[in-house]
Amino acid sequence: MSAGRTGHAGRAGDAQPVLEVQDLRVELDTPRGTASIVNGLSYSVAPGETVAVVGESGSGKSVSVMALLGLLPAHARVGGRALFRGRDLLAMGEPELRQVRGDGIGMVFQDPMTSLNPVLTVGRQITEGLLAHGRVAGGRQARERAAQLLADVGLPDPRAALGRFPHELSGGMRQRVVIAIALSGDPALLIADEATTALDVTVQAQILELVDGLRAEHGTGVVWITHDLGVVAGTADRVLVLYGGRCVEDGGVDDVFERPAHPYTQGLLGALPQLHDGPGGRRSELVAIAGAPPPPTDLPPGCVFHPRCPVRGDERCALEQPPLVPVALGARPDGTAVPHRAATFHDTAPGTGGAGS
Amino acid sequence: MTGFALRRTLQSVVVLLGVSVAVFALVHLVDGDPVRLALGTRFDQATYDALRERSGLDQPLAVQYAQWISSAVTGDLGVSFRSGDPVTVLILERLPATLSLAGASILVALLIALPLGTVSALRPRSLLDGLGTVVSQVGISVPEFWMGIMLILLFAGTLGWFPASGYVPLSEDPAGWARSLVLPAVTTGLVSGSVLTRFTRSSVLEALGAEHVRTARAKGLGPRAVLNWHVLRNALLPLVTVTGVQLAYLLSGVVVVEIVFAWPGLGQLALQAVQARDYPVLQGAVLLFAFVFLLLNLVVDLLYTKLDPRISA
Repeated sequence: MSAGRTGHAGRAGDAQPVLEVQDLRVELDTPRGTASIVNGLSYSVAPGETVAVVGESGSGKSVSVMALLGLLPAHARVGGRALFRGRDLLAMGEPELRQVRGDGIGMVFQDPMTSLNPVLTVGRQITEGLLAHGRVAGGRQARERAAQLLADVGLPDPRAALGRFPHELSGGMRQRVVIAIALSGDPALLIADEATTALDVTVQAQILELVDGLRAEHGTGVVWITHDLGVVAGTADRVLVLYGGRCVEDGGVDDVFERPAHPYTQGLLGALPQLHDGPGGRRSELVAIAGAPPPPTDLPPGCVFHPRCPVRGDERCALEQPPLVPVALGARPDGTAVPHRAATFHDTAPGTGGAGS
Repeated sequence: MTGFALRRTLQSVVVLLGVSVAVFALVHLVDGDPVRLALGTRFDQATYDALRERSGLDQPLAVQYAQWISSAVTGDLGVSFRSGDPVTVLILERLPATLSLAGASILVALLIALPLGTVSALRPRSLLDGLGTVVSQVGISVPEFWMGIMLILLFAGTLGWFPASGYVPLSEDPAGWARSLVLPAVTTGLVSGSVLTRFTRSSVLEALGAEHVRTARAKGLGPRAVLNWHVLRNALLPLVTVTGVQLAYLLSGVVVVEIVFAWPGLGQLALQAVQARDYPVLQGAVLLFAFVFLLLNLVVDLLYTKLDPRISA
């Protein structure tokens, strides 16, 4: 649908979104009670747009994307809507979902050491997807296409790599293979779940560049799940900050980084080491957020962040859940307008000044 | 591949030599004089000495061992004290019965274990899983002789479907061979199958939890492709080892079941040799069991290099 668009031209915010998630909720029954892992998450991804979903571990970011493709355990309760090219993924049956998985939506997982099957060749792991979706006529054509995919993701000697086993490749090369598998269906949407977390920093940069290049070339929408704010700053157009399964702040990446409005986002950015001096020549201090995220079985009432919030607010924070409302006009890095929103009663955005200072 | 195979084979030969020393020493440490047992109660000293000399028992132990092991390499395991027949012939006579029973038992075991273990793992805590657990616990805990007797009472006695005991050679009467095989094979197969069911279940459960299974599903593969190529293919690896061990155990003669079903296998041969202090037969049988164990382990290891690419051959 968006083929042919390249670069930033494909990032128009008003284009028909590839993915539109509305009020996504995920609950799981655990021995300690019902865990509310995702609590009313809404966002959309335009063709060629990269949306980063950030949060600490346990914030529900991985679960929120697993839910879209029906990859959660059968006893998980999923609510809301997730429109992919206009069709609700959450209302689809397993056979219908299977046609979307690996075809319309590609997925890249965290650890390339474990996300590939150790006893099957790389070639076989690419071709089985191609054959399952009927994208190739037969084995020979499947191998041709698999070699092409490996070449596209920058694997040296792709033909020989088809016969290799995952343990014969380095971590970065394996992640390229996983990306090749995710791209094998020419997906309109690519979901990367902590796809660079397990890799060396230099390899991380290569993988980020690779995905960004493919996005620009094919106009693929990208959802990048990460806890690494460095990754977000480098690749994303928009950021969603997740806490306790809720979106506490979203907006263009520069807006959120430079003028974080939610105390939690400010905390996250404050916990990030800064290479450069803060305003006024001072070295910015590294500040950790006190306490730990609440367990999903026992979320606090009101604002989920209030027990850890450095801004000691009034009783309202403990009683009333703040809605996600616009705090500024905001824009993506390419200049297209997108609202900057935050769910807080304390709009503490400094307005000016560096992050975390 | 060849380097690994050669190294592993040499290792097995060394172990086999060690086992042969142990077997020889143990058999000769056992109380009782085989010559006296062979001659009965009435004999004179000259007959006794003559037989002792003919059997080589007057030689020092080290010499006896050297003679035994050097001829064993050529396939000559000596002559039975009791019957005077070559040990190799005695063993070869028993081999078809043992091979039939072991083969049929492992078949029964796998036919029970693979489906039951897999279904149990796919539906943990389901009714079928619970049933599988109970059945395999019973299979592991119930003594084989009791199980054998119960099967005889029901299927040979009440229903009269199969013969109660005895072995019919395949070459004489294939249908009779198959019928005679059913009850003993089910008895030993149930025990081995119970062990293998537990193992299959845990092996498949572990494979199911692997992250590459999620990748396979995210590719859009159907449940059958995911199960066959990304779960069972991986769960197979540890199963091969356990199946090899079970088969080696079955081939080493399942004495109790052989006695219950009057099955002329190697277990009975070894037992009779112990009772008669028939050193050559006992040594030969135990050496054969050790050989079978080592051979099957070797085969399993070599098979592993084919099944698991991570093991560098």
